[in-house]
Amino acid sequence: MTILTRRTALKLGAAGMMLPLVSSLVNAQEGPLKIGFVNVGPKDDNGWTFGHWVGAQALEEEFGDQIEITFVESVPEGPDCERVLRELAQQGNKIIFATSFGFGDYTIKVAKEFPDVIFEHATGYQRSENVGTYNARFHEGRAVMGTLAGHLSKTNNIGYIGSFPIPEVVMGINAFTLAARKINPEITVNVVWLSSWHDPAKEADAARALIDQGADIIVQHTDGPAALQVAEERGIIGGFGQGADMSAFAPKSHLSAIIDVWAPHYIQVVKDVMAGTWVSDDSWPGIAAGEVVIGPYNEKIPADVVAAAEAVKNGIVDGSINPFTGPIVDNTGTERVPAGEVIDDAGLWAMDWYVEGVKA
Amino acid sequence: MNMDLLIPIIITLVGASTPILLAALGELVVEKSGVLNLGVEGMMLIGAVVAFAVTFSTGNHWLAIVCAALAAMASSMIFAFLTLTLSASQVATGLALTIFGTGFSALFGQAYTGKPIIIFDSMFPDELENHPTFRVFFDHSPLVYFSLFMVFAVWWFLNKTRSGLILRAVGENDFSAHSIGYSVVKVRYAAVAFGGAMAGIAGSCFPLLLTPQWAEKLTAGRGWIALALVVFAAWKPFRLLAGAYLFGLVMTIELYTKASGSMGLLPSEFWAALPYLATIIVLVLISLRRSGNSAAPACLGKPFMPGQ
Amino acid sequence: MQIRLEKRLEPSKAMLYLTPIGAVLVTAIVGMIVFSLIGYDGIGAVREIFLTPILNPLKWQDLAVKSAPLIIIAVGLSIGYRANVWNIGAEGQYVVGALFGTAVALVTRDMSGPWILPLMIVSGMIGGMLWASVPALLKTRLQVNEILTSLMLTYVAIQILNYVVIGPWKDPMGFGFPQTRMFTDSQLLPRFIPGTTVHWGVPIAAIVALLVWFLMSRSVFGFQIKVVGAAPSAARYGGFSVNKTIWLALLCSGGLAGLAGVLEATGPFGRLIQSFPTNYGFTAIIVAFLGRLHPIGIVFAGLAMAICVVGGEVAQTTIKLPVAAVGIFQAMMLFFLLASDVLVRYRLRVVSRGDVEVAR
Repeated sequence: MTILTRRTALKLGAAGMMLPLVSSLVNAQEGPLKIGFVNVGPKDDNGWTFGHWVGAQALEEEFGDQIEITFVESVPEGPDCERVLRELAQQGNKIIFATSFGFGDYTIKVAKEFPDVIFEHATGYQRSENVGTYNARFHEGRAVMGTLAGHLSKTNNIGYIGSFPIPEVVMGINAFTLAARKINPEITVNVVWLSSWHDPAKEADAARALIDQGADIIVQHTDGPAALQVAEERGIIGGFGQGADMSAFAPKSHLSAIIDVWAPHYIQVVKDVMAGTWVSDDSWPGIAAGEVVIGPYNEKIPADVVAAAEAVKNGIVDGSINPFTGPIVDNTGTERVPAGEVIDDAGLWAMDWYVEGVKA
Repeated sequence: MNMDLLIPIIITLVGASTPILLAALGELVVEKSGVLNLGVEGMMLIGAVVAFAVTFSTGNHWLAIVCAALAAMASSMIFAFLTLTLSASQVATGLALTIFGTGFSALFGQAYTGKPIIIFDSMFPDELENHPTFRVFFDHSPLVYFSLFMVFAVWWFLNKTRSGLILRAVGENDFSAHSIGYSVVKVRYAAVAFGGAMAGIAGSCFPLLLTPQWAEKLTAGRGWIALALVVFAAWKPFRLLAGAYLFGLVMTIELYTKASGSMGLLPSEFWAALPYLATIIVLVLISLRRSGNSAAPACLGKPFMPGQ
Repeated sequence: MQIRLEKRLEPSKAMLYLTPIGAVLVTAIVGMIVFSLIGYDGIGAVREIFLTPILNPLKWQDLAVKSAPLIIIAVGLSIGYRANVWNIGAEGQYVVGALFGTAVALVTRDMSGPWILPLMIVSGMIGGMLWASVPALLKTRLQVNEILTSLMLTYVAIQILNYVVIGPWKDPMGFGFPQTRMFTDSQLLPRFIPGTTVHWGVPIAAIVALLVWFLMSRSVFGFQIKVVGAAPSAARYGGFSVNKTIWLALLCSGGLAGLAGVLEATGPFGRLIQSFPTNYGFTAIIVAFLGRLHPIGIVFAGLAMAICVVGGEVAQTTIKLPVAAVGIFQAMMLFFLLASDVLVRYRLRVVSRGDVEVAR
């Protein structure tokens, strides 16, 4: 490979600095395959970034000395991430995982400058020759949690804490509510939007507000165990771990968890790249592929309820159950999906409405 | 929303207000002495992480609060040395202190994420704590009663003691205070130390009272609300108490409205901006009432350089 | 024994240039020791944070891009600070500048032409001025402390940004994520040097610094600012209006912060997103003081701050220094730089107790 360092000079006001071109490619070196991760949070966030950290460690276990991983934390969405992406590419990383939606624009931009580097963008939708996207069907896990909640709730009032009404979160709310109401049609789900990705004290207060108004199960779609801890403190039926098993924070109230497991995808990508067979595509597997894992069930849950949840899980795995099977009526009374039909992936990504029973 | 909710709402809002109240009380004393320390958010984070670490290691909440106060006080001494001894810019140094506190708490806290502690709960007998009506008085963390006591203590100190008078004199007219023989710098050191300790205790409220965990940037901007509150209260301790609960009410009522399944009356961003807007309005009202006097300590933010 | 400060008759020229270098050296040494003691690669950290961004030509464009908004804002602030007008709400004026620019972008999205971008930039500056005119009005009419009002307005501006990107300005094609649509080609700030990330904001920053330098040292305006700052009563005798100076200072600093905001939005960001405010407005306050309120000093201070940020990212990717440690490095440098400032204005003298008593 040739080194494409071109230089251009300019006089910059008083400073008169020399600025080289960005697109200088670093010569491919012999040695381990370098892999970079760019993350929006710290690896200790108990949630999203932690899941990717575990995935990165799985890569190290699988490939050992063949690879070398750089895991960059707390990168703001915006031009700062563009710089980090470029820095990683310049350092000779050959695969770069950008693990937050807001990195999308910049991943596409930087990928153009480094055609021999492979980029994988989590939860995104923009692809190019060397940019693939990947995500996991978390809503399948939500359907299992909804089944548990449908059986366990006594007040028929479930509280749901969300960050922003993006399709990913809306899908989760709808899958959860559909599954819960299949068991108990009396159930309503009250959603509190926090308009923030990270404010644990506010999450805890939102959980208190929901419980004070009769919710006996709390679901959260924000990182961290704040809501679960309030559930434990108040002694309600419980809540669910988000992204990771959080039972350490709430041993009595942690009913189960949706665990993000990125390892299968990461291992596949690295294998494909090593074999030279990687092509840009969109990967969106779920429970069946082991990317969404249902955590251990709390021992206080009756065996028949666990069996019902397992039945939904196994149905999703063998394809006999789709969480979004019609008839689905939205919360204004309009029929969205006729009986027997399902929502396709494009429909899921455009989801901006709530099913019957959701108050958001 | 019905009346049964009144008591739970009060209990939640008191909890949400307490860290703001404590931090603002500290900053009030600092500003009364003529110093503006914008590092409250950073000192709160230091207090929060130290309180978590000590509780996690020893299980002793009281020790955790003391250590949080001492650690944040130590960090406030960096500020004091730079601004009071070396007369560096208070605004710039305060901002740098926030950067330091954010970084320090994140680094120190790495060992403590993903670990739970026990909340610092009410210490009254269960009958009082769970009584349907009286729990409004008893179902609070000791930190809440401490914050109420400190409102009174700060008021008493500023208005009823000689030391309080000296402190206010230093904030209103440092040169006169200096010329009658008071050490302006020493008084301000003491005030900044007190402000640091209070910010540290305010920070300890996050893991001990609100959400028993450690996470980076756990305080999520409450330090800035505390700064607004001091101004909102026109530098008066009892108004500070009312203001803190008002700010807490605004934060809490929105969550309760949404949790009842009804739409909020106005976008949540409006409620988030309201404390700051209200503070500006209060500033305007104060100046309208007594023309030419903004009620702010006259020397606020200005370095004291004798012999100039 | 006690350390006493003695004011120099004139600020020491030698110290003016020596202290920043000394402060960086002390930061490097203390940082090396502290980080080695707590188990990180201290020497590597210092090398990557302070040296790599300067020595690696690939990083120069990043320094230019990162420092440009800091320099523009800080130069504006320095005008006010010279006149004892303490605008610390540049972050808010920066956000409002971007909001005004984006408003124009949304209106003109189906149009094209070379007039659109200049219009956006001008309206951004107007937005920043408007936001700064509130503290100016309250200060001149009611003697309300501008430190407090400008700070409070920053948080109001950020909430307005949150509201529009979540609500009315949300990209209809953006899958519900809190961001506006992409700016079109006629709305994007072109690159100053094609093939790099260096956009037109960089030369504009240099021009702004030179212009303000000229203005402050050669014009009546600059003289007025300095006189009002140094001796308000003398200024009144000299026929300078204090109120007019307050207005001018706030409009200049607000307009420049607005300019930085709109340049950043149309340049590196390319659309308005929720995480647009990245503390440039607050960091610029520190930059203004580090640059000793002198436009050329501010250019160097802005570059120093950029080195710290860019170097911090390098240290994360190369020696895997956690991002939190980078923050401590930055804070340490700021503390030492602020502390060293005293040596410019004062002589440090060690005196014994007896001398102090006599002096009293």
